[in-house]
Amino acid sequence: MSDIASLKHSPLEAARIAAGARMVEFGGWFMPVQYSGIMEEHRAVRTAAGMFDISHMGEVTVTGAGALAWLENLLTNRVSKLAVGRGQYTLMLDEKGGVIDDLIIYRTGESVYFLVINAACRDLDLEWMRAHLPNDESVTLTDLGNDYAAIALQGPDSEKILRSLYPECEIPKRNGMASLSETGGAIPELVARTGYTGEDGFELFVPVAKGETLWNNLLAAGVKPAGLGARDTLRLEMGYPLNGSDLSRSRTPLEAGLGKFVALDDPEKPYFIGSEALRAQRAEGLLSLLIPLKLTVKGPPLRAHYPVLSGGSIVGETCSGALSPSIGEGIAMAYLPVALTEVGTTLEIEVRGRLYPASVTTVPFYKKPSQNS
Amino acid sequence: MNVPTDLRYAKTHEWIRIEGDSVTVGITDHAQAELTDIVYVEPPKVGAAVTAGATAAVVESVKAASDIYSPISGTVTEVNEELSENPALLNTDPFGGGWIYKLTASAPAEIETLLTPEAYTAQIS
Repeated sequence: MSDIASLKHSPLEAARIAAGARMVEFGGWFMPVQYSGIMEEHRAVRTAAGMFDISHMGEVTVTGAGALAWLENLLTNRVSKLAVGRGQYTLMLDEKGGVIDDLIIYRTGESVYFLVINAACRDLDLEWMRAHLPNDESVTLTDLGNDYAAIALQGPDSEKILRSLYPECEIPKRNGMASLSETGGAIPELVARTGYTGEDGFELFVPVAKGETLWNNLLAAGVKPAGLGARDTLRLEMGYPLNGSDLSRSRTPLEAGLGKFVALDDPEKPYFIGSEALRAQRAEGLLSLLIPLKLTVKGPPLRAHYPVLSGGSIVGETCSGALSPSIGEGIAMAYLPVALTEVGTTLEIEVRGRLYPASVTTVPFYKKPSQNS
Repeated sequence: MNVPTDLRYAKTHEWIRIEGDSVTVGITDHAQAELTDIVYVEPPKVGAAVTAGATAAVVESVKAASDIYSPISGTVTEVNEELSENPALLNTDPFGGGWIYKLTASAPAEIETLLTPEAYTAQIS
């Protein structure tokens, strides 16, 4: 572990440690990898409710008469489709089409947008955004990353728990955002019905000073604290990409299979940063694609950077991997040549010098029991 | 933390049990608690030569793969087949059903270099 003193710390750190967190360094932050155990935390989120401290993520507001036009230029998805109170998944690219970050943008007012960005690239994102601001003051960018404590409440019991703690709150629909409680403070308390687990759930944003109380109230309501370990297995079972592992500046959203979040054919959105590169890439044809792989035998947990082979030759490497706690199978994501990405294609994954048969599958790896019928 | 008094311990959290010429190797209660949910064990091959302090097996939790170092040198005579179906035995019964492999020692004097239960208890407390 690198020097703890040099790491950034969540406002909820004391509460997390009281809950038995085992801490690690993550993206420059001192974060809990687990509390009671990854399997147990994972199961709690799939069957009841768990909570993650996500205070390390960044919050940015964008306001002003020029906000919409500026955001359309900056982000891949069509921002003008957002009604007030709605959110969407989107990406921020460089000119070459490489992914700087994936994020969620909410429209919280007529010309007010609330962006939730990834922890590891908060500084880089802000630098990029500021460098692209117009000089006419039509857009105001405010970094609220150090003003908010944030908790993701995830799992089928989330709504019931949220209602019990905030009976006055108007609970948003999926991908919506609403006021959590009317305090009239400078930092509004917000609730979004989003998450990174595939379960119903909410992301709660409160001023730093109120974070610990919220955490303790959720704990008292029976919500299980969950760490980055379970967050990773939960998101991977759904096939959700992780920036820094599955997404990077050297890959485009088209290669990552995120084309539906990229408005390349929308006459209302003729341009965004990276669009020219993406159109060129599409015209030339994609060379590789991010695809889901599953071991076809019982084997070790898959992890990032394991070689993937076809006919004895290395054709790529895994960028994320796990032993899925829900389905008990080895699962992974890898960028592979397009010719090898058809569902059912047989490949091999090398783990410590041994080859294990795998095949190309579909995401989500895990489907809720009700979706199977 | 449980530290049985009839075993010897490596600083790297493995234990050995000596029964005649046979030496059984596993990981300690402290180690399994640190590793948490163990989901996969890759034991050595029967007949393999293992060296004191060198990697002999791999134990994987959901989050990480950890090398298991052989406390003493020797030849592997048996591995715990049960672990391929039930790796969680390392969590639930680290000193019993969760044993990993057995060996015959090639340099029995190495045993004396291992920690006593008292010394190992002091190390982890």
